[in-house]
Amino acid sequence: MKVTVNGEPLEIEQPISVQELLVVAKAEQPEYVTVQLNGEFVDHAGFASTTVKDGDTVEFLYFMGGGAR
Amino acid sequence: MSKLTNEQLERYSRHIILRQVGGKGQEKLLGGKVLVIGTGGLGAPAAMYLAAAGVGKIGLVDFDVVDLSNLQRQIIHQTADVGKPKIQSGKETINAMNPDVEVHTYNELVTSANIRDIIRDQDYDFIIDGTDNFPAKFLINDACVFENKPFTHAGIIRFQGQLMTYVPGQGPCYRCVFPTMPPKDAVPTCRQAGVLGVMGGIIGTLQATEALKYILGIGDLLTGYLLTFDALKMNFRKVKIHRNPKCAVCGDAPTITELIDYEQPACDLRKH
Repeated sequence: MKVTVNGEPLEIEQPISVQELLVVAKAEQPEYVTVQLNGEFVDHAGFASTTVKDGDTVEFLYFMGGGAR
Repeated sequence: MSKLTNEQLERYSRHIILRQVGGKGQEKLLGGKVLVIGTGGLGAPAAMYLAAAGVGKIGLVDFDVVDLSNLQRQIIHQTADVGKPKIQSGKETINAMNPDVEVHTYNELVTSANIRDIIRDQDYDFIIDGTDNFPAKFLINDACVFENKPFTHAGIIRFQGQLMTYVPGQGPCYRCVFPTMPPKDAVPTCRQAGVLGVMGGIIGTLQATEALKYILGIGDLLTGYLLTFDALKMNFRKVKIHRNPKCAVCGDAPTITELIDYEQPACDLRKH
């Protein structure tokens, strides 16, 4: 089955939790990432209980500081 | 008839010829007031393009002095400015670029005690977050929500950048996307991780573009979108984001009703 993570297709064998996907898709610093599943925010508390299924679109949104110094 | 002088008609001729700007639009820009918080990698190019565009009032906020290591990307400052307060150096550059621009400077670190007064000082139309640290980013977001002011957030690191624009009542705020501050030192800074100098130019110039579009009332702003840019892949992505009804500051039942001074990472306060 295929999901889309940050615009890139990703093959996974079976539905997995957001928490597992963060590992499989090699999210940087998963503890601080904001996750959107099909356009809806997923609370960090729901990472383990929320399932990613075939055709789902997932966005990992990262903190980015930088800028001044 | 236009109130523009002959010199202004010539200086801004490439704007005026644009159907979406024209003489009327240029007059709007000359009457525009933009506050740039942080005159570094993002704020430097943003402020310079706003000045060149003829934005009539530009506020510069920074507490730092120009360091040699800033010059790789903070193009508003020159080699001879090393050691000078950034707001002074920024003001001198803008004054030399365009006498139409009135520069207001605030040699301060933004805190809960001063940010609302700074925004109110000239009743700025639009705010640019060019800061490098999360306490300031959350403070600017919350202050703009409380003051009902639009602003554009941006961040840059290594070869990546991001940008979003908040307009009161029209879309999500920064906290809708990032509800809580990352712990101190959890997210690397440019000083720790590095940044390609042009990143500030690309993303800061996009921030200036948002400010100009807002003042002109043209086009679509990045409200409801987080734009991300990856310079290595040369890839721009617009990710649709929604207002979060549970947002602590702009949600339906806000729990944050006063500004918060988060702990400033010690490494960011130290001169280097």
